[in-house]
Order: sequence, then structure tokens, then C-alpha cells
Amino acid sequence: MNRIDKAVRLYFHYISINIRCAMQYKTSFFLTAAGQFLVSFTAFLGMFVLFQRFSRVEGFTYSEVLLCFAVMLMEFSLAEMFARGFDRFSGMVRTGEFDRVLVRPQNEIIQVLGSKFELTRFGRMLQAAVMFMYGITKSGIQWNFPKVLTVIFMLTGGTAVFFALFIIYAALCFFTLEGLEFMNIFTDGAREFGKYPVNVYGPKFLLFTTFIIPYALIQYYPLLYILGRRTEPFFPFLPLLACWFLVPALLFWKFGVRHYKSSGS
Amino acid sequence: MKKYLSFFRLRFAMGLQYRAAAFGGIATQFTWGAMEIMIFRAFYRSDASAFPMSFSATASYLWLQQAFLAFFATWMMDGDIFDSIVNGDVAYELCRPVSIYNMWFSKGLSTRLSRAVLRCFPILTVAALLPQPYGLNAPASPMHFVLFLLTLILGLLMTVSLCVLICILAFFTISPMGLQMVFTSMTDFFAGALIPLPFFPENVQRVMELLPFAAMQNVPLRIYGGSMSCYEMQKAVFLQIFWLTAITFTGKMLCRLAAKRITVQGG
Repeated sequence: MNRIDKAVRLYFHYISINIRCAMQYKTSFFLTAAGQFLVSFTAFLGMFVLFQRFSRVEGFTYSEVLLCFAVMLMEFSLAEMFARGFDRFSGMVRTGEFDRVLVRPQNEIIQVLGSKFELTRFGRMLQAAVMFMYGITKSGIQWNFPKVLTVIFMLTGGTAVFFALFIIYAALCFFTLEGLEFMNIFTDGAREFGKYPVNVYGPKFLLFTTFIIPYALIQYYPLLYILGRRTEPFFPFLPLLACWFLVPALLFWKFGVRHYKSSGS
Repeated sequence: MKKYLSFFRLRFAMGLQYRAAAFGGIATQFTWGAMEIMIFRAFYRSDASAFPMSFSATASYLWLQQAFLAFFATWMMDGDIFDSIVNGDVAYELCRPVSIYNMWFSKGLSTRLSRAVLRCFPILTVAALLPQPYGLNAPASPMHFVLFLLTLILGLLMTVSLCVLICILAFFTISPMGLQMVFTSMTDFFAGALIPLPFFPENVQRVMELLPFAAMQNVPLRIYGGSMSCYEMQKAVFLQIFWLTAITFTGKMLCRLAAKRITVQGG
């Protein structure tokens, strides 16, 4: 217990250093945050334009799709905010900085996590929050306790899935040294294409996202529950099930660390 | 002229070296294009009558967009240039007997060309073999194809010109981050990278087509599918030439101004 306590305290210390560091460049910080807001704002505008022309897609209305987009964006931004260190991990391997991490008497995951805390992502989260509010007011959902719980579970599970993807992306760097461009499909791509409920992409894709990379568990199924189309009592817990995805990711990471050969000087 | 040609050649040869990266890029872009098409297919199934162009023309648009991504993606800017402005290395470039505008222009052009040369053919081939209406169609007519090639080149020049202009603006703002972010998200939206311009409401579309952003990918990709009338095509090509001249001229003027009042950073 003491060890976990220490690790958590260390992590928060890392975060506070990161925030203080970012606050040294306040203008740049707020500009970047505003930029983050703007980038996802154009994605929203694009969706708005499409729904001017079409009233619904695969049975989902504009406000329902917005709800889906907002939750996905929030999950992604949360994961990116905390796991940015993994996102930039290829640099750490290439410069040999990871050697320094390994010789310290602390868990290497905590150290990589603490190497970067991207607070600027709150710009994107703000955008997501605004869309979420709009989606809620327009879609006329009857809220009750299980549904609120579902949203919280969605955020938890979704952050965990993206977190796991970032870890896999980083672990691949042990073997390739470079970040693999193709992995972007699973992270940035999921953010882009996760705007729409995944059944839009057809039944095979739904199967893939249920059992291989569990996007559907954090997006499609709980959304159905919130919208009142499915009422089975186990639906709110599906997003939590997606947290299991962290297990193979962490195993792969351990495997990668064991195979790490130092590079750089 | 000769020196810029050799800048061009050097960069081009360098770009061709990254074959493994290109392979990864091809796979990524192919998946990306397929997903985009799935989204549009879902919309098409929901309401086919609201589609502004035929579905197969949309698919062709999206495949060409992925194949020639390197021509039009404004986020693929040369980070070295921004770095050199921020850390002051640009002073060395300014000492050389070359115009930095032309140098950056030829470097940008060759980077984009080499990337596209490596990536476009596999994507185009596979996309052409896909079953209709999801694959890449043949061009509407030989005339359309010739016009497509011409406007493709004009669009590429336009992209490079705009990107160099942004680089030069970084002389005035010092920190290029915000500038770059605003610029790339604006162009993605206004150029039809996010959603093809015909999908916008008609009056909005009419205004957007006049903007310089529409002179990039919008023109060639739509000409290819044959969804533009003869008059529209003439107007589009004219606008491309106009904007290319205007943006290049502005860039050159600003470059001269920046060189006069430059403060070199770093030490």
C-alpha cells in the first residue's frame, strides 16, 4: 500500500512540475489551448454542415450524434492529457533518455506518464463539454441515475481504451524506434471516425470494435442505453468492461521493456 | 534558377529515401479513405436524394484526396523552417546569395512531390480495382483528365505558396504554434478536406469557392468526377491562377519586408 501511495504522490508531483512549467509561457499556453478548441470546432462545423443536408444517419439524429461525438472527444482528450508521455515516447527511445528512466528506482510507467502532462487539451474538452450540453438539451433524454452512471462509466472506460492504445503505440517503439504512422488510425482516427456511432460502418466493423479494440463498448452500446433504445440492466456496465483492454496493452509494454535495446548516446 | 533546381533535386532525392515510412503512410491513408467512404455511404443510405453529387463521384473524390494527400495537406509543413525562425538559424540562410522565398518554395514543392510520387500509385491502383461504387472511377472524359492534371499542378503550387506565406508570417509572430494551428484548421475546413465543398449549403458554397482555399484540392478533385459545368471549370481555373499570383506576390513582398526588419532570435 505504501508503495502505491508513494507512486501516486510522485505522479502528482510530476504533474505539478509540468503545470508550473507550462505556466511560465502563459501566452503560448492559452494560444495552444485555443488552437485545440478551434481544431475540434471545425470538426464540429463539418458535422453541422452535413446535418443541414441530411436529417439523420442510420437512425441517429443530429443531437444524438453530437452526444456521441462529445463523449468520444472528451475521452480522447482526457487520455491524451494524461498519457501524452507515451504519445511522444519514440523520442525518448531514440535519444536514449529511456535508459535514464530504467536506472531510477521507480516504476517506469509512472515516469513516462509524468514526463508530460498536456493541460492544453482542456481546450478540446471545453469544446466537447459545450457539444455535450447542446446534445443533452436537444435530444430530450429522460435522465435517471443509471444513465448518469453510464456517462461516467463511458468516460472512465473510454479514457482507459485510448490510454491503452497510447501504451501500445509507445511499446511498438521498442521494436521500431520510430512511431508507427499506422497506429494513428487507432487513436486520431478513432477520434475522427468515432464521431458517428460505430454501427454506421457496417456490422463487421461493429464486431471488430466489440471484441478486438472495444470502441463499441465505450460508444455505441452505452449510447443506445442512454437514448433509451436498449433497456437491459447490464448495458451501463459495458464501458467498464472495456477497461480490460488495458491488460494486453500493459503486458505488451512489459514485453517491450524486456526487449529494449538501448539506442542513442 | 539553377540553384533552386538543385534545392529541388536534393530535397526530392531525400524524400524518396523514406520508403518504409511511405509504406506505412499508404496503409494509413488507404484505411482512412475507406472509413471516410463508409461515413458517406451511411449518409447516402439515409437520404440518397440529398446527395449533391453521385455516390461514385464522391468515392473518387475521397480516393484522389488520399492519394494526393501530400499535395494538399497544409499540416505537412516544413517544421525546420519554423524552428530556424524561432532559434535564429534563419540568419545563415539570409546571408546566402539566394532568395529565401524561392528556396523555401522549391523545397516545399519537392518535398510534397516526392511524398506523393511514392504514395499515390499504390493507392490509386487499389482504389481503381475496388468494386463500384466504392472504388475510383475513370475520369469523366479525356478532356476532364487533362484539365484534372493541369488544375492538380496549379493546386499544388497554390498549397506551397500558401504554406510559404505562413512561414513568412512566422517572422512577425515569433511563436509559430498558434499561427500554424489556426491556419491548418482553417484550410482543412475551407478547402474541402473535411467535407467536399458541394456538401455545403448552396449560398455558403458560392462564397467559399471564391476564397483562395478553394483553389487547392477542391478544383482538381471535382473536375475529375465531371461534376462541374464548363463555365464553372473555366471560372475555377481562372480563380486558381488569380489566387496563385496574388498569394505568391504577397508572400514575396512580405518576405522582403521581413528581411528588412528582421530580429534574429537566439544566441
